[in-house]
Amino acid sequence: MKWEVVIGLEVHTQLTTQSKIFSPASTAFGAAPNTHTAEVDIALPGALPVMNKAVVEKAIQFGLSIGAKVNRRSVFARKNYFYPDLPKGYQISQFELPVVEGGAITINVDGVEKVINLTRAHLEEDAGKSVHEDFHGQSGIDLNRAGTPLLEIVSEPEMRSAAEAVAYAKALYSLVTWIGICDGNMQEGSFRCDVNVSVRPEGQKEFGTRREIKNLNSFKFIEQAVKAEVQWQIETIEDGGKIQQATVLFDPDTGETRMMRTKEDAHDYRYFPDPDLPPLVISEEWISRVQNELPELPAAMRARFETQYGIPAYDAATLTASKDMAAFYEATVAAGADAKLASNWIMGDISATLNREEKDIAQSPVSAQALAGLIKRVSDNTINNKTAKDVLKKMWESGDAADTIIEREGLKQETDTGALEAIVDEVIANNAKSVEEYKAGKEKALNALVGQCMKASKGKGNPGVLTELLKQKLA
Amino acid sequence: MVEKSIKQLAAALTAGEFSAVELASEYLQRAKAHNGVLNAFITIDEDKTLLEARAADALRAAGNAGPLTGIPLAHKDIFCQEGWRTTCGSKMLESFIAPYSAHVVEQCRKAGLVTLGRTNMDEFAMGSSNENSFYGAVKNPWDKLAVPGGSSGGSAAAVAARLAPIATATDTGGSIRQPAAFCGVTGIKPTYGVVSRFGMIAYASSLDQGGPIGKSAEDCALLLNVMAGFDERDATSLQRDKEDYTRDLNQPLKGLKIGLPKEYFAEGLNAEVASAIDAAIAEYKKLGAQVVEISLPNTRVAIPSYYVIAPAEASSNLSRFDGVRYGHRAAEYSGLADMYEKTRAQGFGWEVKRRILTGTYVLSHGYYDAYYLQAQKVRRLLAEDFQRGLAQCDVIAAPVAPTAAWNIGEKNDDPVAMYLEDIYTLGVNLAGLPGLSHPVGFAKNGRPIGMQLIGNYFAEAKLLNAAHQFQQVTDWHTRAPEL
Repeated sequence: MKWEVVIGLEVHTQLTTQSKIFSPASTAFGAAPNTHTAEVDIALPGALPVMNKAVVEKAIQFGLSIGAKVNRRSVFARKNYFYPDLPKGYQISQFELPVVEGGAITINVDGVEKVINLTRAHLEEDAGKSVHEDFHGQSGIDLNRAGTPLLEIVSEPEMRSAAEAVAYAKALYSLVTWIGICDGNMQEGSFRCDVNVSVRPEGQKEFGTRREIKNLNSFKFIEQAVKAEVQWQIETIEDGGKIQQATVLFDPDTGETRMMRTKEDAHDYRYFPDPDLPPLVISEEWISRVQNELPELPAAMRARFETQYGIPAYDAATLTASKDMAAFYEATVAAGADAKLASNWIMGDISATLNREEKDIAQSPVSAQALAGLIKRVSDNTINNKTAKDVLKKMWESGDAADTIIEREGLKQETDTGALEAIVDEVIANNAKSVEEYKAGKEKALNALVGQCMKASKGKGNPGVLTELLKQKLA
Repeated sequence: MVEKSIKQLAAALTAGEFSAVELASEYLQRAKAHNGVLNAFITIDEDKTLLEARAADALRAAGNAGPLTGIPLAHKDIFCQEGWRTTCGSKMLESFIAPYSAHVVEQCRKAGLVTLGRTNMDEFAMGSSNENSFYGAVKNPWDKLAVPGGSSGGSAAAVAARLAPIATATDTGGSIRQPAAFCGVTGIKPTYGVVSRFGMIAYASSLDQGGPIGKSAEDCALLLNVMAGFDERDATSLQRDKEDYTRDLNQPLKGLKIGLPKEYFAEGLNAEVASAIDAAIAEYKKLGAQVVEISLPNTRVAIPSYYVIAPAEASSNLSRFDGVRYGHRAAEYSGLADMYEKTRAQGFGWEVKRRILTGTYVLSHGYYDAYYLQAQKVRRLLAEDFQRGLAQCDVIAAPVAPTAAWNIGEKNDDPVAMYLEDIYTLGVNLAGLPGLSHPVGFAKNGRPIGMQLIGNYFAEAKLLNAAHQFQQVTDWHTRAPEL
């Protein structure tokens, strides 16, 4: 039987605010346990939550950037359950009336575009952390993270493969870091994905029973976990088994998903509107101010790059993967580099070197202006492409400008026909076999001869001029 | 000295007749002498009190005294007070020393008021008789066989017995007004949102409101001036200009329209209470007031609505008492669930457990719509009733409770009978309105009777004005029990 995979994502994005969602305590990561806590974060008797406006602003930014409805009135509710890392015994979240409803994100898998619709995004507070090391059979609680603002972004179950799920997660990641509402630090838990997976026979309308893979904090894990889960579900059904609704965890070491709890052990959270917080009311003025301050979004910038710089769609998409890369590209072109060459260099050598050194483009030792200086020397035939690659390496290490290196090392390309003619004569004399082959009609032999000429010129010969000279002399 | 109003005490302090330390010492002597019988205080800490009194004297000596600097007061044990044991009447918080102060406590400290101690109360403010305190029942100073009312029974008894000139209190379903009535003193529950709930241990967040209990309306107005005010740390605190609640005290009552809701004077109201109120109304008429009959048709559903909403909020508010971070934790347990169960089973009393269970039930999947949502709809109907009623009058006069104080132990076997005693006070909390209770006489057995005045939102000054004018021509509020 052919199976169709159905995937929906719930992503917890930690919002980048200085203070917590309902308290003035700091959200900074890595402080000594329980030092970033106000009364409400440790749930002292009588402590009360107060809404942090900066958090709301980030939710509005997100809603506007995905074309969603930003609800003018939304409601905070209490989700009640007992756990040591949940100091109040309830989490303040949004239930019936979330701050953002609807919206969509476009993903691209192997050149095919697909629109994924979003259900909602709601604000809530993070829980603390249980600490099991260092306590000899006891557990410690660190409430620094308790009350950190989260925007939980829920998609419709519209993804049909692990690749689409990853593409969606990446597109969402790129958007939330682009508009600056999330720092994107996945190791520290700033972007955590719960993935709902089910399978159904192709053509069947009803969804299969889903299992939810909790807390995936890398794109690689999303891909591995979904593939493992899909395989497990198909095998289970094909072996005559039934899928039971459940929450599962992915173990990266075994590459398997394992059951955490079934629906039967699911909590009754007893949601009700939090009487400590009045409904969240967002004015038209607030929304239009946020709209005006919103940066150019990736999709709009991609389209602009294609028309303004005349680069292919693939280039435009790659260059707008992050705001920093797009800015680097625009600065390179603005400094006088050819638009297509700039794209090639940034997607090629620059990205490769940054990846190898695990650096962001913002930390590139070669600035956009310096790169433009190099590209200009390629465009005006001062150096050829191969030499340029070496020059870039030297720029990377020394921080010197391209012109300085070319001058110092005498790398300027030789275009003087007189000087090159002597080299060509010598190569023809010493490579009788290739000459013969070329004359017999083997075009490839010419390439070998050009290569020999380049070698003899120590890489400084202009390959175009050398080819022309060879052709003339062998005609 | 202890019969003086706080206005008179403030004048005497200003005139140098006695110091804040002398005044506090006088009250401490009385409290120590009588608390063994009355049990109005859970905590008395002489050293802390005298430290505050000395600071008040220093403030006065430096010429920085405010109108109430050096006046002693008792805080209900529901307001967190930094450095003081704050129990909320519960075993759960028996050894809890608050690490921060409630807004109300801060305001009192800034005004130079001197803390005499922490008053007894029903556990987590749940109760109408003060018998639900882990620290033992409070005795009514007028009759030690009688309950003082609840949940602010300790504050009301302390003021009635002259163990404190004035006290803070809270009112979720009548917890200021009913004990004030039972103890023959005056108390006002302000409009919801006028007094910050920051640091006030929550029972039912949408209903809880702090307010003063004092010997007179004027004293209450003076303390309310200190307690009230916007606080950005409470999202339900109302952002309004600071009011002087004494501003209208001396306005004549000529032309004041008093509404009498017929449903409040129907079956169930004790005859002695009814006649004391009739006499008080007659007194108001002499002062120039007019009387109209009004109707609050949904009165009878206030009780079921309240006893769904309040326990629902309480069940969630009290989840934080889990033994993890502070407060009581069971001595022995096996595993996390067992620790929670034993801690909460040991730490909470029966009435608190009853309300947590009720609240958990009404919020459960499948019952939420039938109970909680329905109760919220009823709540809106009650608020609309009051708006219609108050469109026909300036203030509503009503009984506070169907009877005067009952005997200690009398209603302990029947929680529902106890809940029914709240019929006249719950509506005010559900609607968020201000309500005042002042003494209007005594039953034949010598137990005090109070009357309630209800106003529209932010009508505190008007309620205080009416009660003050009444207290200018009557002396019920000046009567003190023999201890």
